[in-house]
Amino acid sequence: MKYSSQMVAKPYFIFALILLAGEILFGLTMSVQYIYGDFLFPELPFNVLRMVHVNLLIVLLLFGFMGSTYYLIPEEAERELWSPLLAKITFWVFVVAGVLTILGYLFVPYAELTKLTMNDLWPTMGREFLEQPTITKIGIVLVVLSYLLNVTMTVIKGRKTTVSIILLTGLFGLAFFFLFAFYFSDNMIMDKFYWWFVVHLWVEATWELILGALLAFVLVKLTGVDREHIDKWLYLIIAMTLIAGLAGTGHHFFYMGAPGYWLWIGSIASAAEPIPFFLMILFAYNMVKNRRIQDDNKIALTWAKGTAVVGFLGAGVWGFMHTLAPVDYYTHGTQLTAAHGHLSFFGAYVMICFTVISYAMPILRGRPHGNGPKSQKVELISFWLMVIGMIGLTLALTVAGVMQIEMQRMPDNAHALSFMVAQAKIAPVYIVRSLFGVMVFVGLLTYFYSFFVKDARTVS
Amino acid sequence: MTERITKDMARNIYFGGGLFAILVFVGLTFDTVHRIPELSHADKITKSVVAGKKIWEDNDCVGCHTLLGEGAYYAPELGNAFKRLGGGNKEAFRSFMQGWMAAQPLSTPNRRKMPQFHLTPTQVNNLADFLIWTSKVNNQDWPPNIQG
Repeated sequence: MKYSSQMVAKPYFIFALILLAGEILFGLTMSVQYIYGDFLFPELPFNVLRMVHVNLLIVLLLFGFMGSTYYLIPEEAERELWSPLLAKITFWVFVVAGVLTILGYLFVPYAELTKLTMNDLWPTMGREFLEQPTITKIGIVLVVLSYLLNVTMTVIKGRKTTVSIILLTGLFGLAFFFLFAFYFSDNMIMDKFYWWFVVHLWVEATWELILGALLAFVLVKLTGVDREHIDKWLYLIIAMTLIAGLAGTGHHFFYMGAPGYWLWIGSIASAAEPIPFFLMILFAYNMVKNRRIQDDNKIALTWAKGTAVVGFLGAGVWGFMHTLAPVDYYTHGTQLTAAHGHLSFFGAYVMICFTVISYAMPILRGRPHGNGPKSQKVELISFWLMVIGMIGLTLALTVAGVMQIEMQRMPDNAHALSFMVAQAKIAPVYIVRSLFGVMVFVGLLTYFYSFFVKDARTVS
Repeated sequence: MTERITKDMARNIYFGGGLFAILVFVGLTFDTVHRIPELSHADKITKSVVAGKKIWEDNDCVGCHTLLGEGAYYAPELGNAFKRLGGGNKEAFRSFMQGWMAAQPLSTPNRRKMPQFHLTPTQVNNLADFLIWTSKVNNQDWPPNIQG
């Protein structure tokens, strides 16, 4: 660790991992409800579990990004963080707000929660992923603003690198597009349209800039490849991200009440969305091939390559499957969408957090050359358990989606099965999905265990 | 291939391509926002429809159902519920909704459960009116069949 203020990243990483454990547990619970509808009902209805599941995901990724930034920025700027104290305060404010919100979801019926938090003053609740009470949303804005201030001041006062500028661009984009969460209209279609400005323009535009910058940083550190070279790749990746990803938002506008030209524009633009992810694979493997140093932290490099590959599979391949309008006509809002969502969020965003954590955490714990071989071996096992588990559950959801489409969507009115009948027939596949989900959780526990493996080298 | 591209060229592609993409997207956004009122029959958004939308949101219906294909995939699509469950008849749909909402949760063992939301008859009518409005939105004739 070059700068002592990088230490503020540590609690962010730890808390992100704890939230990930919670996220997976809620996911597993939901997967049981998919099979046994009475499970935990009426104490925890499905929508509550789902709200917690996806909100934990969003918040854990924000914690992961923030921790990563606080670690990365001082090193890139070659100076201490502008205000480590502010970073610590921000952490606790975000923790308290996050925990209170989740407790609210779990213990207060949602309709009560809307009253309790005076949603009527400025109604923003009850929309997928944006279920947070308005007051929490305002809290998120304040947290993100103080974080941006801290990071921006550090960059302004220090060395400016391509990596840090692109990271900042992504973070400002994240903050800007979140503001659309405060938009509301009496017209549901308008609501839906702007809702995608948060959701799509986060995960398929601004977050990809963050992802690219974080990946580039870890690759710079672990491979020692010339920055000119790495920067060039990074620019190409994010250029393709914006060119394909912005108009690519159109693939969400096919069947929700937007004009018909989006069928063409959305299909064509989003067909190019796998390109930046494919470039990321080339980027990662190219840098590893041309590396100038052999870092002892091999597992971090494994995570980096894994992020590129699984991100491409989840976002690129599984996204492309249903991104063309004529295909989406049948696949829209089926389990295939869920399959894509799971693997893309995991591959691109959860795995980049693992990458940075695996690189930075040993250093923060006083092990500049990474964890010892024993610990890395355990972590490698956890890597494969989680990756195979996620791919397995994605394949199961894909099979479920195809069955659903065949039974419920493709036949005509006279022959199509109803949603509930089709779902009952898919039940065995949902069992397979749950088992792979358990595998992911075991993988995460193995990952936690790797932190406590004692190695001769780490002791010395 | 990439050897021939310099960092400066890559940066120019990023700035040029990015700016172009933003301009196209902003332009299309203006046009879409301009056209949505007509496509969604905004003139048919009555007070009852607005109240129904609010009930939809306040009870997190989208946490289980999809509406025009967006939401959770645990429960049926409701964008065309009016056509599927009400046969396109307003009174029939309203009375179906009154019975259906009052009957929740159904006692069938291990069927996926919908909670009892304790809505008043007026609120149920609002919700029905909201779903009637939604079913008429011009959304490129999706879904493919009545099952949604």
